[in-house]
Amino acid sequence: MILNDTIIALATPSGAGAIAVIRISGPDAIAVAAPFFKSAFGKDLLQKKSHTISLGHIVEDGKLLDEVLVSVFKAPHSYTGENVVELSCHGSPFIQQQIIQLFLRNGCRTAEPGEFTLRAFLNGKMDLSQAEAVADLIASDNAASHQIAIQQMRGGFSNEIKELRAELLNFASLIELELDFSEEDVEFADRRQFKELLGRIQRVLKGLIDSFAVGNVIKNGIPVAIVGEPNVGKSTLLNAFLNEERALVSDIEGTTRDTIEDEIAIGGIGFRFIDTAGIRETEDVVEGMGIKRTFEKIEQAQVVLLLVDGPKLLGNVDKLKRTTDEFDKIKAENPNKPLLLLVNKSDALSDTDKVAIDRHLGKVSYISAKTGEGIEDLKQRLLQFINTGALRNNETIVTNSRHYDSLLKALEEIEKVQLGMEEGLSSDLMAIDVREALYHLGEITGQVTNDELLGNIFANFCIGK
Amino acid sequence: MFLEEYDVIVVGGGHAGAEAAAAAANMGSKTLLVTMNLQTIGQMSCNPAMGGIAKGQIVREIDALGGYSGIISDKSAIQFKMLNKSKGPAMWSPRSQNDRMRFAEEWRLALEGIPKLDFYQEMVGGLLIENNRIAGVKTSLGIEIRARAVVLTNGTFLNGLIHIGEKQFGGGRAGEKAATGITEELTSLGFESGRMKTGTPPRVDGRSLDYSVMIPQPGDERPEKFSYLNTPVLEVQRDCYMTHTSALVHDLLREGFDRSPMFNGRIKSIGPRYCPSIEDKINRFADKDSHQIFVEPEGWDTVEVYVNGFSTSLPEDVQFKALRSVKGFEKVKFFRPGYAIEYDYFPPTQLKHTLETKLVENLYFAGQINGTTGYEEAASQGLMAGINAHLKLNEKEPFVLKRDEAYIGVLIDDLITKGTEEPYRMFTSRAEYRTLLRQDNADLRLTPKSFAMGLASEERMKRMERKEQKAASFVSFFRETSFRPEDINPILERLDSSLVKQPDKMFKVFSRPHVTMDHMLQLEPVSRFVEEHDLDREVLEQTEIQIKYSGYIEKEKLNADKLHRLENVQIPPNFDYSKLKSLSYEAREKLNAIQPVTIAQAARVSGVNPSDISVLLVYLGR
Repeated sequence: MILNDTIIALATPSGAGAIAVIRISGPDAIAVAAPFFKSAFGKDLLQKKSHTISLGHIVEDGKLLDEVLVSVFKAPHSYTGENVVELSCHGSPFIQQQIIQLFLRNGCRTAEPGEFTLRAFLNGKMDLSQAEAVADLIASDNAASHQIAIQQMRGGFSNEIKELRAELLNFASLIELELDFSEEDVEFADRRQFKELLGRIQRVLKGLIDSFAVGNVIKNGIPVAIVGEPNVGKSTLLNAFLNEERALVSDIEGTTRDTIEDEIAIGGIGFRFIDTAGIRETEDVVEGMGIKRTFEKIEQAQVVLLLVDGPKLLGNVDKLKRTTDEFDKIKAENPNKPLLLLVNKSDALSDTDKVAIDRHLGKVSYISAKTGEGIEDLKQRLLQFINTGALRNNETIVTNSRHYDSLLKALEEIEKVQLGMEEGLSSDLMAIDVREALYHLGEITGQVTNDELLGNIFANFCIGK
Repeated sequence: MFLEEYDVIVVGGGHAGAEAAAAAANMGSKTLLVTMNLQTIGQMSCNPAMGGIAKGQIVREIDALGGYSGIISDKSAIQFKMLNKSKGPAMWSPRSQNDRMRFAEEWRLALEGIPKLDFYQEMVGGLLIENNRIAGVKTSLGIEIRARAVVLTNGTFLNGLIHIGEKQFGGGRAGEKAATGITEELTSLGFESGRMKTGTPPRVDGRSLDYSVMIPQPGDERPEKFSYLNTPVLEVQRDCYMTHTSALVHDLLREGFDRSPMFNGRIKSIGPRYCPSIEDKINRFADKDSHQIFVEPEGWDTVEVYVNGFSTSLPEDVQFKALRSVKGFEKVKFFRPGYAIEYDYFPPTQLKHTLETKLVENLYFAGQINGTTGYEEAASQGLMAGINAHLKLNEKEPFVLKRDEAYIGVLIDDLITKGTEEPYRMFTSRAEYRTLLRQDNADLRLTPKSFAMGLASEERMKRMERKEQKAASFVSFFRETSFRPEDINPILERLDSSLVKQPDKMFKVFSRPHVTMDHMLQLEPVSRFVEEHDLDREVLEQTEIQIKYSGYIEKEKLNADKLHRLENVQIPPNFDYSKLKSLSYEAREKLNAIQPVTIAQAARVSGVNPSDISVLLVYLGR
């Protein structure tokens, strides 16, 4: 890979938009852009100070391509640490391509996926975990995962590990000193302090490891399965959450043949709703497969919503019984999983109807996916199911499985050291476990070089980042 | 007077020079040892002891490779101790007290027994260099002796300057002249040189000491030895003694501080932090009013005594007055005062892994000239330089030990990669994988390599193979043989270890903490196996370590493999780091100067951080 040339890519999503941003980075970024930029005020781009914006036109051979705003960032004070030029042009794919092609013909090369961030990393603008967080940040689509990614990008989490690692390293060197000078009368590592430090590290690691479960669902959305017979209004409910028509809705039973997933942010938390095909007995092969999948989805979900058609329950003993059975069946298989029985189409039920249903089914929630009745209440109940304490307290949350893996390994070694101390293990053997713990902590902060990681991290980006 | 051309000339006859000359000549090179004084070959300039923590492991490595330091130490030992026996086996460190005169004599005799080795006594004052390649040496008489390779082992002699109080005079050792000319010639060729300092304590008359008030420090009850060959084991040993300084002693020493070359600015160079002078200790640890002093006999017969822990360059009258206040030293008579010595060294980053200089082909440096301290460090470098000089002349692959193969590998890699600001001493903590680099397995690690290149003798190789096979079969015996609960439980009960109900493999119970080979030998099948297979102490020790520490040893091996991955990523020769703008400025400078061979070595260069390594990995297409 060549890293001292100048690269270019579209930084905004491809396709048409109001504006598009084209990013150029590299030693010649400004020099490449300058000849083709005609400032509205007759200024030379090369003379512009860092962190300034200029209005003007991109002109090739006297032919005007577009009116643009050009931002100039000079090395090392830019995202990549190199000279960076960002062109805000009009958002038509044609204009975007015209401008990019122009610069490709004049000294730029198309950036590889993640290359801007790779350069930022290589130029010391961010450490590994910060670079990883950039990818997460770009991908985040709800407030909670956004907050976590931002926190990680600012280095909060790796700073905490860095500090603990430095303390552990300090103790490790005291142990080494003690070993190499065991023949001389030097001061040794204070075992009580060491024990205290190990305890502290253990607590922090455990906390971070526990946060992974929370972090992971936040990052990917909390899975909620909507279960119910065909045409009870599952898709309509989803639409009520979404406030837009996304799932296919029709009056023909069984229209939703497959599971459809949709992520909706409620109160800043991402929920991944899984619309299932219902669990009605069927002869239809295609639908039968869908029902099997429904049970798998229930398995994966954190919350299950059992949805029934209110008006159809009225006076239908069979149906009432089947609903109770279904509820009990799901409950029996997933005893700890929050399960809500929702009676839909409450707009078509009178108060007397509701009393009758309550008598058979116990405490149920009435909603109307159509009118929105009970939807707000349902959102609040969903939020209550999720332990978002960690988020509210602004605690560090681990979402990266690489970090999770290293944390687990580091904890394992720390616990070995603790055990070794209790058993009076010779400190040269304990030092092996300490070194191992230092290694795994260093993996998180990038203080040890792991060549396998490098490639993986930047492969997760798309072009232009 | 001389051969028309030698293969190898070794300049200097200390620990480094003697090993270098022996190795080159034993491998078949026509070798000449030139030294200023043939009476001081193998001289122990400082303490009369070999080995110690990390250093003892090096002596065993030298021995495993076919060097002489272990054999000479065994033959001249007056006391032997295995230090750190209570710790894990990586920390077990052999150390001997030696008869200083016999040590030197044994060295001289050993060298005289090597047919291809010639000797000559004169100072080398210049080098013959033709087209950046060494061609021989020039003596102070103006004699030119030609050679295809030269190993410089000048110790503390290059422009050596001795300090005692305010007095200073040229000298390479007490009573010996300094060597001049070589530093000047090398710096004119573009070598960088520096100054270092070291010191030594007074030598006193043992008849003037009162040992009854000191604490005896005897050797081990069952002394071991350094060499893997059939050298003698000590049957009688001499004791050392311990005493302490006091607040009064410190006050008396402080009175001379204004006349101390350390404190009045006369000595500017850096001494070994880990082997401080007594004035340094008082100064740095002002709140301690007592320091240990070890009284070490200089030999079997001599009355001369070495006052370990009292290294000093204070004026002789201050030394004398202060020492007379030390318990047991009230009537002490001096043989000679302690002194400090400053000498030239060449920052070892100017060397390749073979210890050949980067600037002049076939010129090798070994020992204190490279900024190290210690007999063992010096001897091992000499051995490696001698081996590599011979190999290069014969167009063979260089002999380079990796960091997980030997302390010697760690030593040389540290020197040429990191350089050193103060006299470099080996520590176990310098080795990433010290659990693999034990004193008990140096032969298993190194003898096959040395035998393959024609240095280690066949006898050495056979002994190693026998030990390896016997230990392996004893280990499998423990893996395969079961114990009966009624036999093992009485032993476990005494050890407060939980009892067993079912018969199980012996390996399992042997792996428990506190269960040792001595316990296992109480089992009849074990003692019978030992007798039937004629297993000696070394095999028992090897077996015990392989069983009891197998978990840690395996773990360290896995970790070492991690290191090897980066060790295998080669950097092209003469790589131009200045074009990699994304490296830090410091990293570019250092890497350009040192030109590491692999990514792993680059990572060890000080000032190179992990992100620099990531940059390199990306550039090299990883």
